[in-house]
Amino acid sequence: MTRPIAARRGARVEGRSAGFFAPFHHGLVCGPLLGALWLLTAAVTVAVTASFASGMPFAVSIWRALLWGAVAGAALVWQPGRAMAVVVALALALISSLPVGPLRVGADATAVHRALAAVGLAAATVWPLWIMLRPLPFGHSTRHEFEDAVIRFLTGFGYVFFSAIVAIPFYVMVMTSLKNQSELIQNPLDFSIDLSQGWDLFRSYSELFTNFGFGSYLWTSFYISVLTVLLTLAFSVPGAYAVARLRFRGRAMFSRSILLIYMVPMIVLALPIYIAFSMTGLRNTIFGIVMIYPVTTIPVALYMLQGYFRGLPAEIEEAGLMDGLSRLAVIWKITLPLSLPALASVSLYVFMIAWNEFLLAFMLLDDPSKFTLTRGIASLNSSEIPRQHLMAGAVIATVPVMVLFLGLERFMTKGLTAGSVKG
Amino acid sequence: MTTSEPPSGTGPLQRREARLAWGLLFPTVAVVSAVVLLPLLAIFWISFKPIGLADLRPPAPVVREALRGSGEEMRVQYRIRNSSQDEALSAVTLGDTLPDSVTVLRADERCTVEGGRLDCDIGTLEGGGRDEIEIFVTLSGDADTVEEAIEASLPAITGSGDNILTNLDFTWNNFTRIFSGDEFWSVLGVTVFYTVFGTVGALVTGLFAAMLLNKEFRGQGILRGLYLFPYVAPVIAVAFAWVILFDPFSGSANALLIQMGVTDEAINFFGSRPLALIMVTVFEVWRYFPLSFLFILARMQSIDTDMYEAADMDGASPFQKFWYLSLPQLLGILSVLFLLRFIWTFNKFDDIFLLTGGNAGTRTLTVNVYEQAFAVSDIGAGAAVAVVIFCCLVLFSFLFFRYVSQEEGL
Repeated sequence: MTRPIAARRGARVEGRSAGFFAPFHHGLVCGPLLGALWLLTAAVTVAVTASFASGMPFAVSIWRALLWGAVAGAALVWQPGRAMAVVVALALALISSLPVGPLRVGADATAVHRALAAVGLAAATVWPLWIMLRPLPFGHSTRHEFEDAVIRFLTGFGYVFFSAIVAIPFYVMVMTSLKNQSELIQNPLDFSIDLSQGWDLFRSYSELFTNFGFGSYLWTSFYISVLTVLLTLAFSVPGAYAVARLRFRGRAMFSRSILLIYMVPMIVLALPIYIAFSMTGLRNTIFGIVMIYPVTTIPVALYMLQGYFRGLPAEIEEAGLMDGLSRLAVIWKITLPLSLPALASVSLYVFMIAWNEFLLAFMLLDDPSKFTLTRGIASLNSSEIPRQHLMAGAVIATVPVMVLFLGLERFMTKGLTAGSVKG
Repeated sequence: MTTSEPPSGTGPLQRREARLAWGLLFPTVAVVSAVVLLPLLAIFWISFKPIGLADLRPPAPVVREALRGSGEEMRVQYRIRNSSQDEALSAVTLGDTLPDSVTVLRADERCTVEGGRLDCDIGTLEGGGRDEIEIFVTLSGDADTVEEAIEASLPAITGSGDNILTNLDFTWNNFTRIFSGDEFWSVLGVTVFYTVFGTVGALVTGLFAAMLLNKEFRGQGILRGLYLFPYVAPVIAVAFAWVILFDPFSGSANALLIQMGVTDEAINFFGSRPLALIMVTVFEVWRYFPLSFLFILARMQSIDTDMYEAADMDGASPFQKFWYLSLPQLLGILSVLFLLRFIWTFNKFDDIFLLTGGNAGTRTLTVNVYEQAFAVSDIGAGAAVAVVIFCCLVLFSFLFFRYVSQEEGL
C-alpha cells in the first residue's frame, strides 16, 4: 500500500534535490571529497592513538590531511583495482613519514614511533577508503551510487566516532587508577602502563581496601542491592499481574499512574524524605535506605513486568483455572515459571539501579561505616586524596555492573526495551 | 482508592476477580503512597513555611543531672536548657526517681518529693533559656555506689514547643523570594537549554548509532554492548572520569588540544561560562544516547523489509528510503522517547551536581533545590523550587497523555 506513495514522493524529490547535489554525482568530485574527509578522520584517530600510546606529541595538519586525502580519493576512483590500493597505501606511508605528510610529529619522537604512525595511517586510510569508493564509477554516478558512497563513509565515520567517545572515558578511568599523581601531572597524554612495577601497579586499589574501607562499602552496596531486588519483586509481581490480567475498575487509570509515578523526580521527594528521616532517626541507617530504594524501583519493575505478563497467552492460565487451581496458584505455578526470563532481566535492571544510586545515599548517609559504594566514592573526591584513588574507586564500582551486563547482555537489552525507559 | 466497589450488575466471579486484583495491588499502592504521595503532599506544605535546616530539630528541653558538693551542701543538681535559641517551651516538667539510699533534706520549691519520686513543674522556658533545680540530700552507704544509683535513673523531661513543621504559620515568602531577582530566570534558562539540547542531542546521536548497528555483521553484539556502557555505568564513576579527562591542569583532553594546536592555553571545560553548560549538555547526550539507540534499534528491527524491496524496485535512493520509509515508521518511538527523555532530563540532578556542582552557570532547577536547601540552609525555598519542578512535570505529563500516549499505547 505504501509502495505507490513512496515512489511518487521519491520521484518528486529526485527532481528537486538533484539540482543541489548534481555536481557531486561525479566520481572525480565525490571520490576526492570523501577521501579528504576520511583521511582527516583517520589522521585524527591515528594521532590521538599514537599520542596516548607513546606519550609523544603527534598532531594533525588539517590542510595537508585534506590535500593528500583528496589525492588518494581521486586515485582510488580512477583505478579501483587492488593494485592501485596497494600503491596508494605505500605512497601514503612514504609521505606520512616525510615532513610534508598529514601528521606532525614532535622532534623527540623516535624513528620507530614515526614509522609505526605512518604505516598505521596508511592502513587506516586506504583500506576503508578503498571499500567506500570501489563501487563508485569514475565518471557520472547515479544518485543511488553517490548516496551509497556517502553512507559507506558515514558508517565508517560512525564506528570510529562512537567507539572513541565510549572507549576513551573508560580507558582514562582505568589508566588514571594505575598511575600516581606525579606521573599524571608530568604527562597527561601518556596512557601507557608501566608493567615493570608488577603488583605495585594496583597499589591504589589495595589502599582503598586497606585504608578506606572499600571492602565494607562493596558489601553494603551488594546486600542493599540484593534486598532491593527481592523487595521490588515481592511487591511488583502481584501488582503487575493484577494490572495485566485481572479486570477491575480503575485499571486504565492505574497503569497510567504507574508511568506518572516513575516520572516523579527524586530530588522533589528527597527533601521531605530527608526531613522525615531526620526526625525519626532513620537518616544514617541502612534500614532507611532499604526502605526507600525499592519504592524508586517498584514502578519501573511493575511497568516492565505487566508488559511481559500481557504478552503471555492467557489460555494456559485459563486451563489452569478450569482444572481447579486458584488464581494465586495459577500465578505461582504457571505465570511465574513462564516469565523467568522477564524476572531475570527485571532483577538485573533493578540491581543496576540500586547499585548505581547516588543521590539518596549521598543525602541520607553521613557515617562512613554505613556508606554504600557510590557514597564512598563521593567521599574520595577531595583535594587531599590523590586522583588515582578516586578513579580506582570508580573502576571498582563499574566493573561488577559491566561484568553483569556483558554476561547477560541479551537479557538486559530485552528487559530495557520490554517497556521501560528509566532516566 | 482501596475501597472501590464494582458497579452493581456484575457477576460474583467478576467481583471476586476485582477483589483479588485490589488485594494484589494493595501492598504496592500502600508502600508507594507512603513514600511518594506523602512526600509530595509534604513538599507543598513545606514550601509555604519559613523553615531552615536548623529548624529540623524541634525545640526541646535538655537536662543534665549531677551530684555535687559534700556534707551539708550535698545536692542533686539538674541543669535544664532550651535547645532552641528563639522558640519558647511551655509546660516543662521534670521527673526522676531517687534511690532509697538518698534522703531529701529540702527541695526546690517547684518540686514535690513523694517516696523516691521527684516531680517538678518548671513552667515556661524562654528561647535560649537555662534553669537549675537543686535537691539537697544526705546519702547513706558508699558515696560512689549511691552516685551511680542516682545517675542511673535518667530524669524524664517534657515540654512542648511550637514546631514549625506542624504549626499553621504559612507564608508566600519562599515563592516571592525565588521568583524575584534575576537568578530564577537564569536558572530556568539554563534548565531549558540543558533539557532541549540534551534531549535532541541524545535522540539524534542515538538514531545515528542505531542506523550503524541495524545490519547483521560479526561483532555486532559486542559493539552494541560497548555502546551501552555510558548508560549502565554508575553515574558517579563516569562523571568523575569526565572531570578528570577535562581537568584544566592534568587532563588529557587539554594536553591533546594544546598539542594539536587547537588552543594555546588550557581550557577550563567545567569551570568557565558558557562552556560548562555546553559540556554538561554534551555529557548528558553522551550518557543517554545509548538508551535512545536501544529503543530506536528495537523499533527498526521490527520494520517490515518488504517495503524496502518495493522501494528498491521503484528506484528509491538510500536517503529517500530513510526519509520516506524509515523515519515515518520511527516517528512514534521518537516522539515517545523525546517526551520521556525531556521529562527525565528536566529532572536530572546527579549528573550536573557531580560535574560542576551547579557552578559556572550550570545551575538547573533541580540543582537549585539542593543549593537552596543545603548550601543556603533554607529548606522552605528549596521546597518552593521543588514545587515549581513538580508543576512543570504535571504540565509535561498532561501534554504527554493528551497528545502522545494514544498512538503508542503507553
